[in-house]
Amino acid sequence: MADTVQSWGPDSIPDTAKAPVRVKGLQKFMRRHSTIAVLMCLPLIIIVACLIVYPAFYSIYLSMLNKSQTRFVGLANFTYLLSRDTFWMVVKQSAIFAISAVFFKALIGLITAHLVNNLPVKGQRKWRGMLLVPWVIPLALSTLGWWWLFDPTHSAFNYILKGMGFEEIAWLSDPYWARVSVILVNVWYGAPFFLIMYLAALKSVPEQLYEAASIDGASAWQKFIHITLPMMHNIIAITVLFSLIVTFANFDVVQIMTAGGPRNMTHVFATYSFLLGIRSGDLPLGAATSLFMFPILAIAAIFILRGVRKRGREIG
Amino acid sequence: MADVTLRNVVKKYDDVLAVASINLDIPNHEFVVLVGPSGCGKSTTLRMIAGLEEITDGEISIGGAVVNDLPPKDRDIAMVFQNYALYPHMTVAENMSFGLKLRKFPKAEIKTHVDNAARILDITELLGRRPKQLSGGQRQRVAMGRAIVRNPKVFLFDEPLSNLDAKLRVQMRTEIKRVHQKVKTTTVYVTHDQVEAMTLADRVVVMNAGKIEQIGTPNDLYHHPATRFVAGFIGSPAMNFVPARLEGGNGAGLRVRLSDKLVFNVPESRAPRYSPHTGKEVIFGLRPEHITETRGRENGVGQEFPVVLDVVEPMGMETMVYFRVDGTEVCGRVEPTAAKNSGEAMQLRANLDHMHLIDPVSNMVL
Repeated sequence: MADTVQSWGPDSIPDTAKAPVRVKGLQKFMRRHSTIAVLMCLPLIIIVACLIVYPAFYSIYLSMLNKSQTRFVGLANFTYLLSRDTFWMVVKQSAIFAISAVFFKALIGLITAHLVNNLPVKGQRKWRGMLLVPWVIPLALSTLGWWWLFDPTHSAFNYILKGMGFEEIAWLSDPYWARVSVILVNVWYGAPFFLIMYLAALKSVPEQLYEAASIDGASAWQKFIHITLPMMHNIIAITVLFSLIVTFANFDVVQIMTAGGPRNMTHVFATYSFLLGIRSGDLPLGAATSLFMFPILAIAAIFILRGVRKRGREIG
Repeated sequence: MADVTLRNVVKKYDDVLAVASINLDIPNHEFVVLVGPSGCGKSTTLRMIAGLEEITDGEISIGGAVVNDLPPKDRDIAMVFQNYALYPHMTVAENMSFGLKLRKFPKAEIKTHVDNAARILDITELLGRRPKQLSGGQRQRVAMGRAIVRNPKVFLFDEPLSNLDAKLRVQMRTEIKRVHQKVKTTTVYVTHDQVEAMTLADRVVVMNAGKIEQIGTPNDLYHHPATRFVAGFIGSPAMNFVPARLEGGNGAGLRVRLSDKLVFNVPESRAPRYSPHTGKEVIFGLRPEHITETRGRENGVGQEFPVVLDVVEPMGMETMVYFRVDGTEVCGRVEPTAAKNSGEAMQLRANLDHMHLIDPVSNMVL
């Protein structure tokens, strides 16, 4: 910071030679790039502080109170949660939900990115636009659409299944199918994000590397394994991390589709803490539940980002 | 190792003709340089040999076998790219061994090949590094190493030195020549730099606007250019061209009239060649090195003439002098001690044994 003392357009500054030393110092301080940068970012910093930092610390405070928020109980809420089978089921479900959803999002994103990248340039924009639609529609609305599609009695899916001679499926009331359904909707919503990131990454791989590889004797599959994947390694790691965090903390899909049911079999952290904190009125316990996400995600983030930094240094 | 043959090879991009029916025979072991201005089709020709571009028409064969429809990997060629195209996520050793690994060579053999190539190129101590940690010259060496390890039938170079600074370029040029003398693989090398072409090539192919202008040894092209383009492209500074008129007859011998005052007598040896063109408008061509000071240079048929110097450029070992003949700028190359200052008059000597006459319509050298 101290080395950024150059000022903006020193010629246009009025003569301050007669002004008191303090004012001159203040003017100099205000003219620093770093000062101006901070001032310009200030509105955002304030919003972030109000909406993220304050609630985060407040939830830590809340999680250490008793149900009626009258007494400090230390880590009692946490130990209570750790002793509950339902909580461990939520941990397991959140992990299954996040990992399988992110895996399929990444896989589908990678495949569609390749397909779109190999389309002729003329039609590419049209396809890119269409494939992005799931990501652009407000999630709550599109999930309602899916909820209707999955409806056991008069839904489109069961109508088709029945028409083809299969048995109807209780999509949202059978615990197994309910899990599949929420993951499916989450994948549908999130895959376009991967598509767009991977498409950008694919376009940034120099064409000559592929040419060099084909002269070296690589088949299309070998080029993908030895050139495309390593070149995209970092972007894959970052998107997976980002998506893992968002998916792990997902609320709307599960809440709208199943609200955690049947028999708590589809709860994830966010819906479970909503159930405990808002629905059942035990705000401190809900806060404690949501705080469990933090260490789990932090560990994942550290591992993934360490790999990203290492590769960044190597490849550059 | 193998010979390379191009028969009536054509490349069209939609309606644009990039390469128009090229014929070229490259015998085994030969170092051939394709040279020409940008957009002349030299890189496209190279990429067609590599298999990176499909050919629109014609036939390419490597080692006697037609390779028109073979993918690059089955043509047994190696290519060095302008920006090296090293795999950034692999070490130098991995970069070099990638081709062998894909061809399922045993590990021990790969190591022998890589070590051997590294020794030839003097990059043994770099084998564990990644491309990012290398300088431009080192990357260039690794790219060449990647080509050498495979021991292919043909080396293809696509302007490999143009990303290096001037000093390194000269150094790497020598290096490439040295490597070729060692491994003797048939080589096709593309460049826009005529100095590179002259210094490296066994034979130079001068291309212009998708066509081959002339094929020949560097000396051939320099002394006996076939067209005005070749005459102007090869040699630096470029050959002087002055519009002139071939006069003669009446028993007085042939003369070239460059201006009202300046007339050169055509040497006896050239007379039979030029006499059919007597009376025609021509372009007179003479290289700067054949316009010198008068003293001490007695080789060949010379003719002295006075000029007034326009610009004088001292280069150290020689001085370039510029003057005008009827509005056309002409360059001469003189001893630094003999050079006069700009604005002064000077007596120069044209060595007419090296003169060329060019037909202004067909642009062919007469």
